Amino acid sequence: MNRPGKEGPASRARRSAAPRVRRVAAGLAAVPLVAAVLTGCGPARGEDTLQVLAAASLTDAFTELGDRFEAAHDGTDVQFSFGSSTDLAEQAADGAPGSVLATADEDAMTIATDAGAAAAPTVFATNTLVIVTPRDNPAGIGSLRDLAGTTWVRCADQAPCGRVARTVLQDAGISATPASLEEDVRATLDKVVSGEADAALVYATDAASAGDAVTTVDIPGAEREQNSYLIAALAGANDPELARAWTDFVTGPEGEAVLTAAGFSRP
Amino acid sequence: MTGATAHDVPRPRRRARDSLGRPPLVLLLPAVVAVLLLVSPLVTMVVATDPSSLAAAAGSPAVADALWLSFITSTAATVICLVLGLPLAWMLARVDFPGRRLVRSLVIVPMVLPPVVAGIALRTAFGRSGLLGEPLLATTGFAFPYTTWGVVLAHVFVALPFVVISMEGGLRAAGSGYDAAAATLGASRWLTFRRVTVPLALPGIAAALVLGWARSLGEFGATITFNGNYPGITQTMPTLIYVERQSDTDAVLALSLIMLAVSVGVLVALRDRWLVTA
Repeated sequence: MNRPGKEGPASRARRSAAPRVRRVAAGLAAVPLVAAVLTGCGPARGEDTLQVLAAASLTDAFTELGDRFEAAHDGTDVQFSFGSSTDLAEQAADGAPGSVLATADEDAMTIATDAGAAAAPTVFATNTLVIVTPRDNPAGIGSLRDLAGTTWVRCADQAPCGRVARTVLQDAGISATPASLEEDVRATLDKVVSGEADAALVYATDAASAGDAVTTVDIPGAEREQNSYLIAALAGANDPELARAWTDFVTGPEGEAVLTAAGFSRP
Repeated sequence: MTGATAHDVPRPRRRARDSLGRPPLVLLLPAVVAVLLLVSPLVTMVVATDPSSLAAAAGSPAVADALWLSFITSTAATVICLVLGLPLAWMLARVDFPGRRLVRSLVIVPMVLPPVVAGIALRTAFGRSGLLGEPLLATTGFAFPYTTWGVVLAHVFVALPFVVISMEGGLRAAGSGYDAAAATLGASRWLTFRRVTVPLALPGIAAALVLGWARSLGEFGATITFNGNYPGITQTMPTLIYVERQSDTDAVLALSLIMLAVSVGVLVALRDRWLVTA
């Protein structure tokens, strides 16, 4: 007796040939549907989507501002893509979808403006370099001078935070060698948070986001080498007016309040 | 290698293969797509590279340091993979011990880990505040992170699974028949291993080492997470490329091309010398 589940392979192959074609066709038909669901911008939703490309160090402040912006602008959906400023600027220059670009330094923004992908940028915040140590500060670091002989890290010269760190160290006449030149500021902070380094040079905002996990030591004179954050509407924005509303919001009083609370300084 | 005359030796073999018919399109087409998929990005990378930036990158001392460090650490890691991996591969292939399948599964795990996770795992074990790293630092004053030894350790961690699994395949493919014959003639297991098993499996062992070396050369995720990045000490070529990517796209293309040329060159050289399989 030949039960349905126990067919020989040959007969199964013969019988299922036609349905398989139909299944594949159905699968192909579903592709646009799935794509529409995934991108979440089907016309039926009736929502304006604002896509913000922003430097990783803005994650906390911008997420908060995004919630407030959505509350103030009914039917608006703010979506973020956080990452390395240079990466995001290159994506924007390459025509990646996005309404607004916010970078952690001028060099990165220049990539997008040179390509004609971004409007004239505005400086909306600055960040100051500080020393962070593990909470109990095992190496007893109280200034840049104490870094010599300890295991300390900073950003690589290729990253914005590395350029600032190098200048601050030069200004202070410090020639101590770091154990590592990290690829970005978050990786640098992580070395201290995880207890793999005695100290690190990071932005005040990163120190603030680490909270109790680290002890922060201010660097006298570091405010002279502040890092500027720039924001610009992108040429490819699907709703230029909304993009402008966001940049106004970030540079306005509410933006300033949230950014200050996150450790940023006024430009 | 197409023979022109009727006296060529390979001809009968070729005819025998042809008699099986032409390769069916359903197999040929995906095979061609696979080759295009793998080769086209590499070709476009060559085309996109500015020759002047290539010259500048090739002459840069940072690149020379990084290439040299990559070469040294990958080679050291490969030697360690041989010393530790061959005995393990032999155990897995030839000794029927309890929990063998479990051990094999555990050995493969680092293969499927994202390299960054491997780096974090290494840190919890061998980091300055790691479970083994902290007592090591306290007693000897030595810690793996931020040292070239740390780079080698990370390389071994990611390359060893590939080496062990492909060596085991090589040992199994060589078969255990000659081992048994040697044993009946009174050879000890150690003697059999040295004089019978390893010589027979040599092509497979060499191929496994080349695979491990290549994996090690390309490794950077675990390295940068566990060791950081400092020129001449922990900055290998892939790390340099990753960090440079933040600022200079032209230089990155040039560096990538140098990395590609060196890797392909070494693999081709090794292939002629070591990988002449039947």
